[in-house]
Amino acid sequence: MSDTFLKPPFETLERQHQAVSFGMWVFLVSEVLLFAGLFAGYSVYRNLYPEGFLVAGRQTDIVYGTVNTAILMTSSLTIAVAGRAARAHFGRTARRLLIATMTLGLTFLILKGFEYREDIAKHLLPGPSFALAQPGAEIFFSYYWVMTGIHATHVTGGLIAVGRLVIASRRDATWLSGSASEDATALYWHLVDVIWIVLYPLLYLTGRTGHG
Amino acid sequence: MTEAAYLQPPPPDYLHDGHTLGSWLFTTDHKRIAILFALSITFFFFIGAVAISIVRLELVTPAGDLVGDDTYNKLFTIHGIVMVWFFLIPSIPATFGNFLLPLMIGARDLAFPRINLLSWYLYVGGAAFTVLTLLIGGVDTGWTFYTPYSTMFSNTAVLTAAMGVFVVGFSSVLTGVNFIATTHTLRTRGMTWFRLPLFVWSMYATSIVMVLATPVLAMTLVLIVAERWLGLPIFDPSRGGDPLLFQHLFWFYSHPAVYIMVLPAMGVASEIIACFARRRLFGYSFMVYALVAIAVIGFFVWGHHMFVSGQSPYANIVFSFLSFMVAVPSAIKVFNWTATLYRGSIAFDAPMLYAFGFLGLFTIGGLTGLFLATVPIDIHVTDTYFVVAHFHYIMVGGSVSAFFGALHFWWPKITGKLYPELWARAAAIAMFIGFNLTFFPQFVMGYLGMPRRYHIYPPEFQVYHVLSTAGAAVLGVAYFMPLFYLIWSFRHGGRASANPWQAQGLEWQTPSPPPHENFIVPPVVSEPYDYHPQEGPTAGGETSA
Repeated sequence: MSDTFLKPPFETLERQHQAVSFGMWVFLVSEVLLFAGLFAGYSVYRNLYPEGFLVAGRQTDIVYGTVNTAILMTSSLTIAVAGRAARAHFGRTARRLLIATMTLGLTFLILKGFEYREDIAKHLLPGPSFALAQPGAEIFFSYYWVMTGIHATHVTGGLIAVGRLVIASRRDATWLSGSASEDATALYWHLVDVIWIVLYPLLYLTGRTGHG
Repeated sequence: MTEAAYLQPPPPDYLHDGHTLGSWLFTTDHKRIAILFALSITFFFFIGAVAISIVRLELVTPAGDLVGDDTYNKLFTIHGIVMVWFFLIPSIPATFGNFLLPLMIGARDLAFPRINLLSWYLYVGGAAFTVLTLLIGGVDTGWTFYTPYSTMFSNTAVLTAAMGVFVVGFSSVLTGVNFIATTHTLRTRGMTWFRLPLFVWSMYATSIVMVLATPVLAMTLVLIVAERWLGLPIFDPSRGGDPLLFQHLFWFYSHPAVYIMVLPAMGVASEIIACFARRRLFGYSFMVYALVAIAVIGFFVWGHHMFVSGQSPYANIVFSFLSFMVAVPSAIKVFNWTATLYRGSIAFDAPMLYAFGFLGLFTIGGLTGLFLATVPIDIHVTDTYFVVAHFHYIMVGGSVSAFFGALHFWWPKITGKLYPELWARAAAIAMFIGFNLTFFPQFVMGYLGMPRRYHIYPPEFQVYHVLSTAGAAVLGVAYFMPLFYLIWSFRHGGRASANPWQAQGLEWQTPSPPPHENFIVPPVVSEPYDYHPQEGPTAGGETSA
């Protein structure tokens, strides 16, 4: 069975798994640097406009933000358990958990869409009709849109990657036990969640700490 | 297994393993992908060269008589964008790195062959945006896309140009990830880390820079697009944004990008110099540490591009100091290459001529870099031709010389054909003379005050510009020569043996050109650069210098 998974240039399946998961780790480092540029800019401006950031931070929708955080955390749980299940040769359970992960990810995006609609209705999109006058508030919302937008792109990428596993295992769920892509996909999905854990306090909890 | 391999007829080489267009466009063979990259970057090299030829012609006279100022701005911009991102960044890694890395470590392919192919398609996607930029009238921001001009004022195709660079960035990241994973997981039996050829080490160090720096550029370009297209005020000073933030983010990538261009060149020089001096490379482990040190320190010097931007004087001092620091490992490398030559039996074949060219020109480029790292001198020569000359000595004198050195050194391996040595030496010498004639006058006129990016200039600078344009003409001829004689060699050249240079390294243990799976019999690993086996594996070589 292992022959179906072993692809050139590798000579052993173990080495191939190591390479795929190591390669994914290296790629994730690159992803962290992608967001690091945004975090750096956010920090600079928050330091320049502390008041503007506090005022603007209170305008984001804490309910959507918190519910979405819970959803994404749950999806990390389902994909982590899916990996364990696959390794323990519970192929069909693993596949169901992957489908659950996709459902949660999709729910996240749909809720994010509703939230965006309300943000636009509240004139929180930077531009001539922007709602807040404090200096820096418009910058805060520039980062809000770019950070959540790029993050949503990553969730979409994650959905495609998990979807690929679900489709590949449609005939034979044991496929998940041998494939190295299950591990790599889960790593990627966790990174997308971890990025969100940083975005959540930066964008939703700012200005809500009591003293503001 | 070994015996069986000898008894069977040899497998077809990679060039003859499938003849359809599809067998090339959907190949996952790292050697074929290297060829795809080589053809693509050659195309862009000539686009960038045409743009700068018009610029150099315009500069023959002090008046603006050949092209108008808008066209002039677009010409030097497209030259910069194309040469940096579509030629220099992928030049050695995506072609020679792709071809040689698996061969040098005794692997059958890169770790992720399909991602390698994807990397080429991303390059093509980015290239399509760049060609589109040219078709819809070009872009005039300079290759640096400085804000607020690029976001608020330029009426040219900034969006498509930025998208092109954004997309091609992913190509570099994927190549970097692939190289790192390959070096970690696919070294053959006996190929320990400190037996890796320095070219492999240089690819490894380059890949680290690609993986860590490129995403920051990608995000910066996203912010440019968001500001121009969606009106976000991130770099708009009238709405609270800070244009200088752009420069910080841009140079956080673009300074390390210089090391993406020059580290591979150092790897090539190490291979060629050891082979044509018939010497064990002097101070191998120092060469390795120096490569890694350059890659790491290179991340902390970006502020030297911003000495006159209003940065705090304390930041200037720190960035100046760190820029001096990066010269230390670079100097170690130059001294070690020189020490390798000492008491060597030196052959002046074309690859060695290019390597010598690299060594001299890189040294001049590096030393003038120290001038620029000194804050008072930098203030004097900022935005003058002195800076232009400096970075061309590194990027063209260093990287492009090494690229041509690599092209000649591994040409027999890649094509299985010998190139005409006399023509190749003539081209190497012409390139060296043409290069110096083009760029040395630029140091002088820059120091005297000739600013960059102007097409009308005071007449006292004309003599330098005429010299520079004359040099560019020589350089142009020198670049065309290999195009002709290498095509001739590919069709009519003599057959190359497996190891025409009697060189060390696993890539020379397989036929030229190599078969699809790279090795018919597993290669035998020895100490690196073992050009004096009679001296024993540890003694001799290095102590005599």
